[in-house]
Amino acid sequence: MPAAPKDRDQPWLMRTYSGHSSAKASNELYRTNLAKGQTGLSVAFDLPTQTGYDADSPLARGEVGKVGVPISHIEDMDQLFAEIPLDKMNTSMTINATAAWLLSLYVGLAQRRGIAPSQLSGTTQNDIIKEYLSRGTYIYPPGPSMRLIADTINYTVKHVPKWNPTNVCSYHLQEAGATPVQELAYALCTAMAVLDRVKASGEIEAQAFPQVVERISFFVNAGIRFVEECCKLRAFGELWDQLTLTRYQVTDPKLRRFRYGVQVNSLGLTEAQPENNVQRIVLEMLAVVLSKRARARAIQLPAWNEAMGLPRPWDQQWALRMQQVMAFETDLLEYGDILDGSPVIAAKVSELIEGARREIENVEAQGGIIAAIESGYIKRELVGSHMDRLRAIESGDLKIIGVNCFQETAESPLTLGGDGAIMKTDPAAEREQIERLQAHRRNRNDAEVRAALQALTDAAKSGENVMPGSIRCALAGVSTGEWGDTLRAVFGEFRPPTGIDIAIDSRQVLGKKDQVSELRERVARTGNAIGRPLKLLVGKPGLDGHSNGAEQVAVKARDVGFEVVYDGIRLTPQQIAQAAQEEGVHVVGLSILSGSHMELVESVLQELRSRDLANLPVIAGGIIPREDAERLVALGVRAVYTPKDFSLNAIMGDIVDLVRECNGLERLGLLH
Amino acid sequence: MTQIVDLPDPEQLALRILRRERAAVASGLNLLDNKLAEARNRSARLLAALAGEHWLKDGHLIGITGPPGAGKSSLVAAMIREWRLSGRSVGVLAVDPSSRPELGGGALLGDRIRIKHASYDEGLFIRSLANRNQLGGVANEVWPMSWLMLACFDIVVIETVGVGQTEIDIAEIGDTVCYVAQPASGDTIQYLKSGIIEIPDIFAVNKADLGAAAHKTASEIGRSAPRQDRREDWDYPVCLVSATTHTGITAMLEHCDRHRSFLANAGWLDKLRLRHQRAWVVRLLKEEFGTFGLELLGGRHLIGQRLSENPSHQFAEYERMRKHIFSRFISINQPGSPTT
Repeated sequence: MPAAPKDRDQPWLMRTYSGHSSAKASNELYRTNLAKGQTGLSVAFDLPTQTGYDADSPLARGEVGKVGVPISHIEDMDQLFAEIPLDKMNTSMTINATAAWLLSLYVGLAQRRGIAPSQLSGTTQNDIIKEYLSRGTYIYPPGPSMRLIADTINYTVKHVPKWNPTNVCSYHLQEAGATPVQELAYALCTAMAVLDRVKASGEIEAQAFPQVVERISFFVNAGIRFVEECCKLRAFGELWDQLTLTRYQVTDPKLRRFRYGVQVNSLGLTEAQPENNVQRIVLEMLAVVLSKRARARAIQLPAWNEAMGLPRPWDQQWALRMQQVMAFETDLLEYGDILDGSPVIAAKVSELIEGARREIENVEAQGGIIAAIESGYIKRELVGSHMDRLRAIESGDLKIIGVNCFQETAESPLTLGGDGAIMKTDPAAEREQIERLQAHRRNRNDAEVRAALQALTDAAKSGENVMPGSIRCALAGVSTGEWGDTLRAVFGEFRPPTGIDIAIDSRQVLGKKDQVSELRERVARTGNAIGRPLKLLVGKPGLDGHSNGAEQVAVKARDVGFEVVYDGIRLTPQQIAQAAQEEGVHVVGLSILSGSHMELVESVLQELRSRDLANLPVIAGGIIPREDAERLVALGVRAVYTPKDFSLNAIMGDIVDLVRECNGLERLGLLH
Repeated sequence: MTQIVDLPDPEQLALRILRRERAAVASGLNLLDNKLAEARNRSARLLAALAGEHWLKDGHLIGITGPPGAGKSSLVAAMIREWRLSGRSVGVLAVDPSSRPELGGGALLGDRIRIKHASYDEGLFIRSLANRNQLGGVANEVWPMSWLMLACFDIVVIETVGVGQTEIDIAEIGDTVCYVAQPASGDTIQYLKSGIIEIPDIFAVNKADLGAAAHKTASEIGRSAPRQDRREDWDYPVCLVSATTHTGITAMLEHCDRHRSFLANAGWLDKLRLRHQRAWVVRLLKEEFGTFGLELLGGRHLIGQRLSENPSHQFAEYERMRKHIFSRFISINQPGSPTT
């Protein structure tokens, strides 16, 4: 017998992370998704918007509307939320370095529509620390960046009380390789850094500080080891409860609740046999809903085909339906916490708590998370953990169905369609966005724009909260690039440690020992035959900051004997070609995950040709659909690697053979 | 051995390098790095073709060293900005350590990211190098590469991590050696004790924004530095700089310029460079042919003499000596070829 509806718990907020091409196209998608039963919005912004550039900036080329929606000014924001009531909607924005700006556009739009900011509810991700470590859409150095976060918190606590101004992210730490213990420790260290900064700003009176603590929410990852993940979330809750009590003296237990949203793991999704991702996603969701005491407040699920390219509306619908089946068909929401009292769960939770405490103490002893980032410690730890994971996959110790075992498969009907089973962004989107932006610039009041920007500069310099000045900018029609540049002029820009300066950890991190020895021998022999050691340039063109793949390739190449030049993220094709020339490399590897591979790779090849380097071999890696891979090869790219190529040793073997072939030596073939 | 790599014509390449063509500079550096027998021949020819009076008088070779973490790259970046503003072109050789040979001998060359400027600049050229575990901490290739750069850039900077022996090597390359210290660091204290302090011409205490600690370190160095009397007319300045706040950089560059004029006016600049070239030629002959090879040429002393006799054409002489050794090897090993 079905239980009476009154006995059921309220389900979590259901969202789908989406946005693409233009504000208009994204608005249509949002309204369709809401009609399908989605209960909140999760906005994906494109990389120029995330990194504070206008659509017509040279660095934005090829990136406009690719990984999300371009928002250049308040009219774009208006179009994005056309026919969506801001006072009733719960909107989550995945935005970090420019969070204060996008929030200002949202608040400014609400004001224009006659809605009081106090009516607004939603979340800005606004966690810069994981941007330095993993996601890469930072702009300013840590000091000013933390100040921007504090400004948004101080502003929203007073004026937009239902808003979650920052979502401390452990999600991206896991993507960068973090173990559950590292995820717990670094996320909590981040939260402490944020709260300490707000406290130090002195804008909040001591008795109001528990309200600030209550507004801190988290954005968490859940991987396929769902029992451990479930325990991780219970550990999070307990650690946060203790931390807020002891460190911040929050006496009301309600204000100490660990509130979090989830996107389940995209790292474990496979390109091979992609239909298996459906069960992976469902099991990962189970980890964050199973335990009532540690249940997610909001969930967004990836689509089954995210390792192949951008999902289509139907793919996203499928992800939403998974949540709805879990919430409305199963009996999960009819019970209290079904894990309470389990000694196995309790033991695992204490193990995680103890490990996390030790690592938190370790980071605190180094002067806190910012100091540990600046010294490169955390990045090295993450790159090391990630290397361990890849080694386990290569050796087969970590099984991934369809990838390193059970590879046999019938042809999947899911991928047979003419569209390659992925969404294509509108190729005209970039041009249209630029035209729209330039028309907007012509139609606004220049004097007002100048005055608003001047006020923003003054606030940034004086230490006054930048939010009121930013809202004024939003209403005056200032563009995203203008806001970003104004603060760049005051704060400067940041280049973080790359994390690839980790020591060679003897044989442990190197994958199959025999293959590594063989590779080293091949690299050395080839270097001797062509007269100098093999030199590889690893380049990340464009604005995409997902550097994990590039870093792993760089570290692996070094470990097998290459001399590796890695210049970090956000490079123009011209800079990459210039580095290839100045450094005299034998091969160039490009890593692109933003979907702009066609434009960016072609530009790099063109720049190389203009420097007489047409014969320099170029390979590319990233989330690149098969059809695009074929086009890249036709353009002259020598090899394309996608998530299905999990064996770094095999890739290294290929690179050596490629260099050999280009230098008139015979290929050595597969590794033994 | 079959010719498997397209090697450039060295005399043609030298002309293009003197015209400051970037592609030629890159290709010349590749050639100097190449260990194939034919590449070694052509490298010697390339250096001989670049040689000349101007080479001993023009430009400025600056070695920058210091312990890891002292902020050398950021300081070099700040120095480059100033030089570029004053219209001088800059070539940089950034040397990073290699992993041990039994661990593959690979290297991660990460200096570019710290040195380079955001935008494209025709007047700046950066080549990163691994030290390849060579004795002394600086790869042999750095010497000829720095001379090639000297033929086409106003300033050539060699940046190395100071780990004991490196300082001695760097003193054998640069006209001017700068040591970058960081405030209150154990490394600096060790350095002061080690006696290597006698090498640098200019001391820079970085991170001057730290305040008292920086002043303390500067005065410690100041007390130790003038004790040595290598060149009695030079004052061994200690400057306080901050790469982050960009302070003290101009003063430091003025010291560099002053040191160069000091060497030139005393008539030491060309002598210093000749001595460095000579030392490298002997080192390279030894690397390629061993003690036996040196003996075939009559021993170190005689080699030194032959090189000094024709100072502006040491590399032509070097080439002749290599050919001589080869011919001797061939006559000893008849009828085989020495390179099989």
